[in-house]
Amino acid sequence: MQKKSVLIVGVGGQGTILTAKILVNGLIREGYDVKMSEVHGMSQRGGSVSTQVHFGEKVWSPVTGKGAADVLLAFEKMEAVRYANMLRPDGIAIINDFAMPSATIAAGLEEYPEGCVEAMQASFRTCVVDAAAIARDLGDSRCMNVVLFGAMTKVLELDEIDWEQVIRETVPPKTAERNCEAFRAGRDAV
Amino acid sequence: MKQLLSGNEAIARGVYEAGVKVCSAYPGTPSTEILESLPQYRDDLYCEWAPNEKVALEVAYGACMAGVRSFCAMKHVGLNVAADPLFTAVYNGVAGGMVIVTADDPSMHSSQNEQDNRYYALHAKTALIEPSDSQECKDFIRTAYEISERFDLPVIFRTTTRVSHSKSLVTFGERTETEPPPYHRNIAKNVTMPATAYKNRARLDTKLKELAKYSNECPLQSVEMRGSGIGVITASIAYQYAREVFPEDTSFLKLGLTWPLPMDLIRDFAARVEKLYVVEELDGFMEREIRAAGIECIGKQLVSELYEQDPQRLREELFGESPAVKEVGVKPAGRPPALCPGCPHRGFFYCVSRRRDLVVTGDIGCYTLGAAPPFYALDTGVCMGGGLSVGAGMARGFAARGEKKKILGVVGDSTFFHSGMTGALEIAYNNCDMVPVILDNHITAMTGHQENPGSGYTLQGEIADAVRIEDVLRAMGFKKILIVDPLDLEAMDQTIDDAFASDERAAIICRRPCVMIRRIPREKAICEVDREKCIGCGKCRTVGCPAVMLRDKKSVIDPVQCIGCTVCAQVCPVKAITRKGL
Repeated sequence: MQKKSVLIVGVGGQGTILTAKILVNGLIREGYDVKMSEVHGMSQRGGSVSTQVHFGEKVWSPVTGKGAADVLLAFEKMEAVRYANMLRPDGIAIINDFAMPSATIAAGLEEYPEGCVEAMQASFRTCVVDAAAIARDLGDSRCMNVVLFGAMTKVLELDEIDWEQVIRETVPPKTAERNCEAFRAGRDAV
Repeated sequence: MKQLLSGNEAIARGVYEAGVKVCSAYPGTPSTEILESLPQYRDDLYCEWAPNEKVALEVAYGACMAGVRSFCAMKHVGLNVAADPLFTAVYNGVAGGMVIVTADDPSMHSSQNEQDNRYYALHAKTALIEPSDSQECKDFIRTAYEISERFDLPVIFRTTTRVSHSKSLVTFGERTETEPPPYHRNIAKNVTMPATAYKNRARLDTKLKELAKYSNECPLQSVEMRGSGIGVITASIAYQYAREVFPEDTSFLKLGLTWPLPMDLIRDFAARVEKLYVVEELDGFMEREIRAAGIECIGKQLVSELYEQDPQRLREELFGESPAVKEVGVKPAGRPPALCPGCPHRGFFYCVSRRRDLVVTGDIGCYTLGAAPPFYALDTGVCMGGGLSVGAGMARGFAARGEKKKILGVVGDSTFFHSGMTGALEIAYNNCDMVPVILDNHITAMTGHQENPGSGYTLQGEIADAVRIEDVLRAMGFKKILIVDPLDLEAMDQTIDDAFASDERAAIICRRPCVMIRRIPREKAICEVDREKCIGCGKCRTVGCPAVMLRDKKSVIDPVQCIGCTVCAQVCPVKAITRKGL
C-alpha cells in the first residue's frame, strides 16, 4: 500500500493528540508501519497545534512539509486555512465548521476572517462537519474530536478496522460508550 | 512486543534495559518525557528532577564514579548550563558508564535558540551518538554505555525535536545489569587539579585516537550499498528525510556514532559512488570535517543551515523541485500561545502593562508570554535565571548613564531554584537598585507540570520538604518580602508601589498555584457578563484571556474555558461581570 499522510490541526486543548492516538492504535492493529509527530511545549498554551500521522507498508519520515498531506483534519476552521498549504492539491480536507477566536482576536487586535470554509471548498475536495452541534446533541461537547474522527475514517475508507473496539481500548473506560456513539454520529454525518 | 513510542519514551526504555541505576534531569522541551517515563521502572533505578542541568550532570557523574551506570538528560540550552562539569568529566573519565542526552530544537518550537549541540562533542572531546527513530533511541542507548565504559568517557547522545517527539514502533528487550567495578579512591584520575589535569589531557588524547579508530567498526554505522551513482552520508532524522527524497538506487552511509567521524569508512564510501551528498539538519558539522579531509561532496551549498528540515523542503533545496501548493486566499489571524484562563501570571502582567514607569527583565517559562499581546510587558528575555541578573545589569547600566528607572526582574519558582537564586544574591549582596519578583505557581509549568524544590513532591512521587522562597530570600538579605495574590489586581498594583517605596531591600513573591495542577482542589466557578449592564468598552478584553470574547459589540465569556478567576470582572468599569459558583 502506498504511504498516506494525515495532518490533524486545531487549537491546544481540543483533543487532537487523543484523536491521533486512536487513529494510530487502529493502524498498528491492522499491521501498518506508522510514524507520528506531535508538537509539545509552548504552543500548547492555547496556540495552534498540529499532529501528523503517516502510515503504509514502510514509512521513513515522521513529518512532511508543504503540499504533502493526503488528508487535512481541521478541528477549527481558521486552522484549516492556516494549514491549507500543507495539503496536496488533490488532497481532501475534513473541516469542523467551528470557530475559536484566538487571543489576538479576543483582545480586539485582529478580526476572525470571513469565509474560511468557502475558501477551502473552492480549492480542495472538502467534507464539512458541524461536529460541535453533533457533540452537543449527544450531550457532551467534549466528544467533538471523536465525531470528527468518525467522519475521517469514512473519508479515508479505513473500513476494515474495528474502530469502536480501538476507541474502547484507547479512551478512558467511563467515556468509551459515549465516544463510540460520537464516532458513529461522525460517520453518519459524511 | 512492539509498541509505538516517542523517541523520549524509547530512550527511557533503553536506559532501563541497559541496567542504569541513577538518572537525573531538569525538564526542558523536547527532552522532558525521558525522565517522566522513568518512574515506571523505579523498583530497578532511581530517577529525579534536579534543580538545574548542571546539578543533573554532576549527580549522574558522581553516580558513575561510584561505579553504577548513570544517566542525565536536558534540552540543548541546558547543556550550556551543564558545560562546566562536562568538560572536566571527559578528562577524568568514568567508572560505570555515563550517558548525557541533549535534545536539540531545530526551528525553536519551544526554545530561545537553535544551537547545534553536536559541537559539544567536538569541543569537549567525547563520543557523540545520534539515533534516527524510536527503535534506535532504545537500542543505541545500550551501545552508548558500552562505548562509555570501553573508552572511559561520558558519552553525548543527541536527539532533535523530531527524534524525541515523533513516535514509531519499538521492539523491547530485557534489562541486563552489569556488576559495578569495586570502588577505590583514585586521586590521579578523579581529582582535577593542574597536575592531574595535565596528565589526563594526554590520556584523553589517546582515548580519542582509539575512539576514532573504533568509529570505523562501530555497529552503529551502517553502509547500505544500492548503486554506484549517488551516495549519501547522513545521520539522525535527516536520514529519514533523505530516504524519502533520494531515488531507490541511492547508496547510504548512515552514521550513528557521529563524533569522532569514521573517516576510513567515509573515504571508502566516497570512492564507491560517483556523486556524494552529505545531508544534515542545522550546521554542516559532518560536511566540514569531510571536506577538510579532501573529500568532495554536495551539502550546505544547497541545504540550508537554518531551521528544521522536512522531505519537501529537502527535495526543493537539493533538486529544485518545489511542492505543488494551493493558496486559499483567506488570511488566518494569528494564534500565538496565550496564558491559560485563570493563569495567575495574568494579574501580574496586567498590572505591569498598565504602568509606564517600569523596565521589566523577563525569564524562561510560561511568563515569557508577558511579552506577547496584549501585555507587551517585558523588556528583555535571555535565559534561565537571566530575569534577575540581567535586571541587575540594567540597573547598573541606567545608573551609569544617570537615568533613574524602576526595574522589576521576573522569574518563576522553578527558574528561581534553577539559577535565579544566584541572581537574587547578586541583587542583595551587591546592593542593586531593583526589585526581584518571583512568580510562584508551585510547579514547572511550561514543560508540562514537573515537580521542583518548591512543589513538595519528587519525581518518584514521594513527599519532600518544600523550600519556602521567602526563607531563601530572607537568608540572602532581603528584609521586606511582599507576598501577594497576583489575581487581586488592586493588591498586586499596591505591592509594586510598596516595593519601590521601601527603605529596606524588597522582593515580591506573587503566590498562586497554576490552574493546571490537578492535585490542588479548586472551587468550580465561572464569570458571566450581564449583557444589560455591558457597555461594550472592551476593557475586559485587554486582560488577554482566551475565554473573554466579543459578540454583537458586547463581551461574552466562554463558560467552557472560564474558571472564574475574576480578573476581567475587576477591570470592568460598570461592574457588568460577576462570579458564579457552580
